[in-house]
Amino acid sequence: MNRQIRLTVNGKKKEIRIDVRQSLLEVLREQLGLLSVKQGCSVGECGACTVLIDDVPIDACLYLAVWADGKSIRTVEGESRDGKLSRVQQAFVDEGAVQCGICTPGFVMAATSFVEKHKQQNASRHDIRRGLAGNLCRCTGYDTIVTAVQKCLDDAD
Amino acid sequence: MFNFRSYAKAGSVQEAIRLLGENPDAHLIAGGTDILVKLHKGKAQFDHLVDIHDLAELNFITQNDSGDIIIGPLVRFTQVAESELIYQHIPILSQAVLTIGGPQVRNVATIGGNLCNGVPSADSATPLIALNAAVTIEGRDGSRQMPLESFFLGPSQVALERHEILTAITITHDNYADYFGHFHKYAMREAMDISTIGCSAVCKIKDGILQDLRLAFGVAAPIPIRCKGTEDKVRGRKIMPKLLTDIANYVSTDVRPRTSWRAAKEFRLQIITTLARRVVERALLNAGGIIQ
Repeated sequence: MNRQIRLTVNGKKKEIRIDVRQSLLEVLREQLGLLSVKQGCSVGECGACTVLIDDVPIDACLYLAVWADGKSIRTVEGESRDGKLSRVQQAFVDEGAVQCGICTPGFVMAATSFVEKHKQQNASRHDIRRGLAGNLCRCTGYDTIVTAVQKCLDDAD
Repeated sequence: MFNFRSYAKAGSVQEAIRLLGENPDAHLIAGGTDILVKLHKGKAQFDHLVDIHDLAELNFITQNDSGDIIIGPLVRFTQVAESELIYQHIPILSQAVLTIGGPQVRNVATIGGNLCNGVPSADSATPLIALNAAVTIEGRDGSRQMPLESFFLGPSQVALERHEILTAITITHDNYADYFGHFHKYAMREAMDISTIGCSAVCKIKDGILQDLRLAFGVAAPIPIRCKGTEDKVRGRKIMPKLLTDIANYVSTDVRPRTSWRAAKEFRLQIITTLARRVVERALLNAGGIIQ
């Protein structure tokens, strides 16, 4: 059941051995040490394991690692540059969009993809809520998260 | 780790058919958002997987020379929602697929998987049966086509032989041209929820007369169903408020809802009656109908 796969993780090319029965979540956490990818519900409801595959957000818990062969993965570990947070990460900090933090990496990745996709569009708060509907947060009540995303869209060029 | 016992990746439709034929216990896995959840919960029925997740051959949305729209089963819901072709000609399908899961699920889950999973709550099923969609199935003995409506046999049961694979979903031009529709999903949450009741209506009107109505419900019976009795009774009727009241009254004889933890039978019937009226009304308005 073992395979060798090639993928790019946060800009770095990797060649790793996996078991086809492993989820991408398991490989990212256990083999590559990317602990920002959280295991929440394991059934695609909570979005805590959201990563970007070829810039598209997916739940890593419901994605076989073997499917990532040849693809490019982004996790929150790769979003800051030279110690400087990404625009979305900084907006989460500025707006106080983080409380306990377990949903935050998944939210940051879903929000990053949303901001990249809607840069030139006039997305309403409702659109942002719909775009983040695959992520659950039990602390913030979502308002500060939506504001953080809105701020990113407002100043995106 | 998911607990399956064998895994084979198919590089083509023909290889998938061969692999399915070699192992009678093998199941296809496409987007995986249903099967991996079941595997996570320890269901043994998916011990042997034939993987078609990235089979490009089955990922297409096209229109042929006759104007028929053909959708490959591995098209992701996000692709359906973002397709200009679908939005322009069969917007009811764009509307319906956006109610499925959340963005992460829609980026992976496939329209063919939704249909082959065979559950009565499949949100892509009611708009497609309202559009008289047909499915193409390929197997060892060649290719066959059937109406999507007859593809659903029972809960989690579809008309696929062990060695067969769904290869296309077709909506012919005559089934969507001049038709207008509306979809509504009744669920407890606005996202990430399973339908309590789903409803699709498409209609064609001319000179204030309802030329044709196709009304479909999800979770109103063991399979997604059309309300043919109601449709037959109202074809040719004048568009007026009484028509909507009659549709709401007729529809209960076409459905067989049941009680589950999600909703009681009586509540489902109430939703069905209410949606029949509201969804048909919106479809008529979309068609330019004046209800007075």
